[in-house]
Amino acid sequence: MSAKLEALSQNLQQCLGDRVKSLKLAFGEVTLEVAAADYFSVMQSLRDEPDLAFEELIDLCGVDYSAYGNEAREGLRFAAVSHLLSISKNWRLRVRCFAPDDDFPSLPSVTSIWNSVNWFEREAFDLFGIVFPGHDDLRRILTDYGFIGHPFRKDFPISGYVEMRYDPEQQRVIYQPVTIEPREITPRIVREATYGNAENA
Amino acid sequence: MPELRNFTLNFGPQHPAAHGVLRMVLELDGEVVMRADPHIGLLHRATEKLAETKTWIQSVPYMDRLDYMSMMCNEHAYCMAIERLLQVEVPIRAQYIRVMFDEITRILNHLLWIGCHGLDVGAMTMVLYAFREREDLVDAYEAVSGARMHAAYYRPGGVYRDLPDRMAQYQESKWKSSAQIKPFNEARSGSLLDFLDDFASRFPKLLDEYETLLTDNRIWKQRLVDVAIVTPERALQRGFTGPMLRGSGIAWDLRKKQPYEVYDRVDFDIPVGKTGDSYDRYLVRMEEMRQSNRILKQCIDWLRQNPGPVMSDNHKVAPPDREAMKSNMEELIHHFKLCTEGMHVPEGEAYSAVEHPKGEFGIYIISDGANKPYRLKIRAPGYVHLSAMDEMARGHMLADVVTIIGSQDVVFGEIDR
Repeated sequence: MSAKLEALSQNLQQCLGDRVKSLKLAFGEVTLEVAAADYFSVMQSLRDEPDLAFEELIDLCGVDYSAYGNEAREGLRFAAVSHLLSISKNWRLRVRCFAPDDDFPSLPSVTSIWNSVNWFEREAFDLFGIVFPGHDDLRRILTDYGFIGHPFRKDFPISGYVEMRYDPEQQRVIYQPVTIEPREITPRIVREATYGNAENA
Repeated sequence: MPELRNFTLNFGPQHPAAHGVLRMVLELDGEVVMRADPHIGLLHRATEKLAETKTWIQSVPYMDRLDYMSMMCNEHAYCMAIERLLQVEVPIRAQYIRVMFDEITRILNHLLWIGCHGLDVGAMTMVLYAFREREDLVDAYEAVSGARMHAAYYRPGGVYRDLPDRMAQYQESKWKSSAQIKPFNEARSGSLLDFLDDFASRFPKLLDEYETLLTDNRIWKQRLVDVAIVTPERALQRGFTGPMLRGSGIAWDLRKKQPYEVYDRVDFDIPVGKTGDSYDRYLVRMEEMRQSNRILKQCIDWLRQNPGPVMSDNHKVAPPDREAMKSNMEELIHHFKLCTEGMHVPEGEAYSAVEHPKGEFGIYIISDGANKPYRLKIRAPGYVHLSAMDEMARGHMLADVVTIIGSQDVVFGEIDR
């Protein structure tokens, strides 16, 4: 398996040259990071180069890195991560691309390269607010009609802002501010790397 | 006479053929579909966001509720992703149990699919037969996990417990005398494996029965043949996986091409379609059930002969057994830490995919080293397949839309997440 991944990494270096921002091999998976300016052209080559031949886009998702780890984070906040699959070569690749502007994250759409990305980009727009210029139908997909905000951003509370109920006086369904209080039963903890080591005690 | 215009029709979200809460806005010219716009998200529960606020183990039952027709396969992908980040070895017996239950799940899923697909297209009897056999398999679910559907049986590091030695039996009641229940209890007199063995030997014959009802049925063929043809190129372009891709003639199956667990040790074939229409997808799924039955048999034989542990002995991941916990200080600490704080998964990211009955089901996990996932992304096969609805339905009749939904085998638990 690892020989195959080596070959893939080599082909990537060869075909993409200095468009490769970083290339990592971990847990038997290859992760490629590219700059937003090269994103579209890299994706195009990933599909069309016969040495890479990623015919299928399996998944694309948005990630909000703003709350990552214990320390305050430097660098860009939003990224689109896609998983590609080559049927003919039988290998996979993960491509990560950070959106340049945190206040208005935007990445070129790859719908013209893989049609399957259509709904994934709509989802990333809906949940994270990443816009994809070039997408011809960038509507919300999973949230309610008329929903405000991007719920999967880390600063969006898990209980949301509004709740819906039937109002017997007005005899219709109304929205109102949430009345439940969020509670955390198990706190989120990131342990330092040496935690629990015997020689550390 | 005024000029005739296309009109739009709201299909669902409360339509029995919509397989759940699919709302589809169809633009029709007479009876011909010009455009189909599926509106999804009516069952959106933000599973991925919820998982960010739960410890790793607490999210396992959420996985059952994604594709609620193939519960254990969902858990499988999730557990595999965590195991990859933790680099935990799963005992071989647990791997066989997982493979066996994956295949039981596949049969469960396909039985429901053939029942509902038949019902949609007008073959009323199918659903009755399919549910008769499903009953036996959900009983197997119940025997191992205590739940008939939402099992939470796979855990990171193995499976929750070993297979039981006896099956639950029917009891005599006011309505059923002991003589009446006796034939039902015959297969249940032994262990779970005996029960499944009995099922596996009966099942191919039952499949033949289904096929006599459908495969050469004139009406069935009229409704399915040449409906929603997907060429191999388009199938790749649209990201199809699983039976949808194989129906279009591409022999791609993760169990063969990127084998996980013990799929490289069992013997089975991949059925492939020819024309890529709904009828081919039907044939592919029927054959898949036969192949699953074959794998099931092999797993039963192996499991009978090879006892062993079914859970990893790494107690940073899997809880220690009760006795050790009560008598050993270290295990007590492990137990306490696991049950309060939960396990910590090292920093990194992993994508693990399984050959789910509906296609490739993937879990993408980003961990920052905490006791909860930083980001969890569920790659649901149905989501991708449904996104091709517009392309598949265009130019077909309104009644064919129902066939296409059935042929895609969509379940909204996984699509809306």
